[in-house]
Formats: sequence, C-alpha cells, structure tokens
Amino acid sequence: MSEVPANLKYSSDHEWVRLEDDGSVVVGITDHAQAALGELVYVEVPEPGQVFNKGDACIVVESVKAASDVYAPVSGDCQATNSALSDEPELVNQSPYEDGWLVRLQPLAQAELDELMDADAYSRFLAESDS
Amino acid sequence: MVDFGGWDMPLHYGSQIDEHHVVRQAAGIFDVSHMTVIDVDGADAEPYLRTLLANDVAKLESPGRGLYSCMLNQSGGIVDDLIAYRRDSGEFRIVVNAATREQDLAWMDGVAGDYAVTLTERPGAIMLAVQGPAACECAASLLPDSLRAVALGLAPFGCVEGEGEGEGWFVARTGYTGEDGWEIMLGAEAGLVFWDAAVAAGIRPCGLGARDTLRLEAGLCLYGQDMDQGTSPLISSLAWTVAWDPTDRAFVGRPALEDERKQKRARKLVGLILDDRGIMRHGQRVITEAGAGVVTSGGFSPTMQRSIALARIPASAAESCQVEIRAARRDAIIVRPPFVRNGKIQVDLPGGHPET
Repeated sequence: MSEVPANLKYSSDHEWVRLEDDGSVVVGITDHAQAALGELVYVEVPEPGQVFNKGDACIVVESVKAASDVYAPVSGDCQATNSALSDEPELVNQSPYEDGWLVRLQPLAQAELDELMDADAYSRFLAESDS
Repeated sequence: MVDFGGWDMPLHYGSQIDEHHVVRQAAGIFDVSHMTVIDVDGADAEPYLRTLLANDVAKLESPGRGLYSCMLNQSGGIVDDLIAYRRDSGEFRIVVNAATREQDLAWMDGVAGDYAVTLTERPGAIMLAVQGPAACECAASLLPDSLRAVALGLAPFGCVEGEGEGEGWFVARTGYTGEDGWEIMLGAEAGLVFWDAAVAAGIRPCGLGARDTLRLEAGLCLYGQDMDQGTSPLISSLAWTVAWDPTDRAFVGRPALEDERKQKRARKLVGLILDDRGIMRHGQRVITEAGAGVVTSGGFSPTMQRSIALARIPASAAESCQVEIRAARRDAIIVRPPFVRNGKIQVDLPGGHPET
C-alpha cells in the first residue's frame, strides 16, 4: 500500500497539494505515482512567474522508463520550484511528500482547492483504480 | 512485471539503477530464459547455416566456439540477430530473440528447403546470464566440477558443454552488457538451484531495465528497435558481422547487400550524447546539417549520468546534431559506440566525466 498523508489534498492525476499559511500551495506527485513511474532521472520544472490553468502540463518527470507530464492540480502562477531536483531527481522517489516536492503555486481560483480529494477519498480512488 | 514477447519479466528487483551499477562494478544475474534456443543438427547443418547467416560459421574452426551474426531476408533486411555456436561436427546451437521466435522458426524452416538438417527448439531450457567483472569468479563454484576449469579459461564467445554430472549444462563466455561473464543454459531444476545459489553468493538479481541500459551503454543493438526487417547490417553498425569472403558463399540477402555496398551509404547508426538537459527516447527526431534522422534507442546512462542514444542519421553527418525532445531542440554530440565497456567510459564527455 502506498502512503497517503492525511493533511494533503489530491488530484485524480496523482498529484498532491499542500496549503501553506501564506495561501500558496506546494505541489508534488503521490507515493503511488512515483512507484508507478519508477526511478526518476530527470525533472523539468517551469520558470517562476509562469501561469498555469488547472489541468495544464506544467512539469515533466522522466524515469528510467519514460517521460510523463505532471498537470497543474489547480490554476496558479509558479512562485518557486525545487532546485534540489536538478541534481537529485531521485528525491521524488525517496521522499515524494517532503524533499521531493515539485513546485509552489499561488492559486488563482480558491474554489478549485475544494474540488480536490481528501486523503480518504484519494485512498478509495486508488483502491477502486486497482480493482 | 512487464510482458516481453509473451513472457512475464521483471523490469527490476528493486532498483534498476543499482542493478546497472552492480553489473559494471561487481556481478549481477539475469534470467534470460525467454531467449529462443534452437539446435541445428544433421549432415547439412554447416552448409545450411552458411546459407542462412550473413556471418560464416566456417570461421568456427573447432567445436566450442561461437559467433554473432544476422540472418537476412532477400532484401538484406535483418530477420533477427543471434549467436551461433559450433558444438560438434554437424551440430550447432543458435540463440535468437524471444519476440521474434515465430517469424524466426518459420524463416529458418523456409531456408532449410532440401538441406538435410533438423531444427529442434529447446523450450524447456533455463538460460541465466551472470555478468560483471566479478561474475565468473563468483559463479565458478556453482558450476559442475568437470566444467569449472574449462569455463574459467574460455575466451570471449567460447563455449563448453558438460558430460556426466554436468550433462545438460552449456556455458558460453558471452553476454549483452559490455562486461565479462557467462551465459549458461541448463535444465529447469538445476537452473532454479543455480539462481538461488548465485544470489546467496552475492550475485545480484537484475531485471530487463538494467539489461537495456547496460546494452545501450555497450552500444549493442536491440532487435526491433535499432534494427529490423527494413534495415540492413550495413546501416546498423553491423557491417563487421557480414562475411564477404569467400565470394562464392551465397548467403540469403547477399545480392541485395552487394548492391547496397556498391552505392554510397545514405544512413548510419551512431551514438549520441546529450549535451543538454533531458532524456532522449526511441522515435525522437534528430536534426543534422545533412538532414533528419531518428533516435532508435535512448535513455539515461547511469554510468555517464546523462542521456545517451543510438540514432540512425544521414551518413555525412558528423560531430553534432540536435534532438527534438517534446517541444525543444536539444544539442547532442555524435560519437562512435560503445559508450562504456568493461566498467570504463569509452567516449569523451562534454563537460567532463562524472565523479566516480
């Protein structure tokens, strides 16, 4: 079973979202997603200032197997990216919810945050897609 | 687990990258039982194989030797690549790919025609590859006593078969990693015992993923990706495997290959090293001064810590090119494979070598 922390929100594309005190959100991929992708060897993150609509491909993660897009779970503009990933993309595998975070966004539509799944819903979503 | 030519095979046993490094630095074991083993027997076995194969088994002067070859169609395209071993007079064993099994058997049957040969597939055999600088040393104690000394003394592409307590064992100094090692064919029961004993002896299980990155670093072609029925050995960096002499040996595909050889070569298979961020992948477009080409195999090189590829490009292209990775064009340099052999990087890297 993959890990699903209770304090995060989740998208059906297997991204997680953490709401910060300043109103921004930190985005990464879930434990389930990193396991399915395999060992990451390259992560391409956006430039700060770039604006994404919900569902836009905003990050590319390349594993030993293939390249995959990561979609913006909410609309927002990019405030920061995880610079450690350029030298250590494997952080996403080792610590998907902490050291392996991908980008920090300033959300443009608060309502989109409410549409994301909580940990229980995402766990059920994983169980259903498994069966 | 992935489906590979009808076989369920593990991509890795935990970490593909660790498995890759262990083969470059120590010893790993691969279950390659999916490979198709075909024995070629009968009075005409040698003349038959001299017709079937672009390389010449007459070069195998004594039993216990093997060679790499392509078998070609009438257009000079590659039906498959294989290793052919001479066992005894009139007896050969060939090992072909798994995904091409049915087309190979049908093709070999067709070429057999009036030759007095018997083709016998050995589907029950287990085939294990122990690979890496320490592979033979670590695995030697697991061989039958009567085989050990000979197996340790084998030259590359040499092979030996067991008798008595070693009955059913076939050990060859071959592989698909660019490292020393053996490929071992043996019965199912002995195979399971060998695998467990090898793992207990510290030889690490390795999956298909590491097998692919190791062969890519070694510059070894993968059938169906770097070569196929539509490409000849001459544009697949495999001209060295075509035995043109003697000139009267009429192997299948020879007339087409002779024609191709007389013309100016239009394309070639080269190595690429990405001099930029990203990972090159199969199918991506390559742009050179002399025209477009295509990445046939691409990925991440754990040894070189950057992306490498094999690509088929215009023959006159040299030095550098660009690769279309999704929306972006990224710079790459053109090199002659192998990238890595026997644990050492064989090419000059832009920006220097990674720390080891």
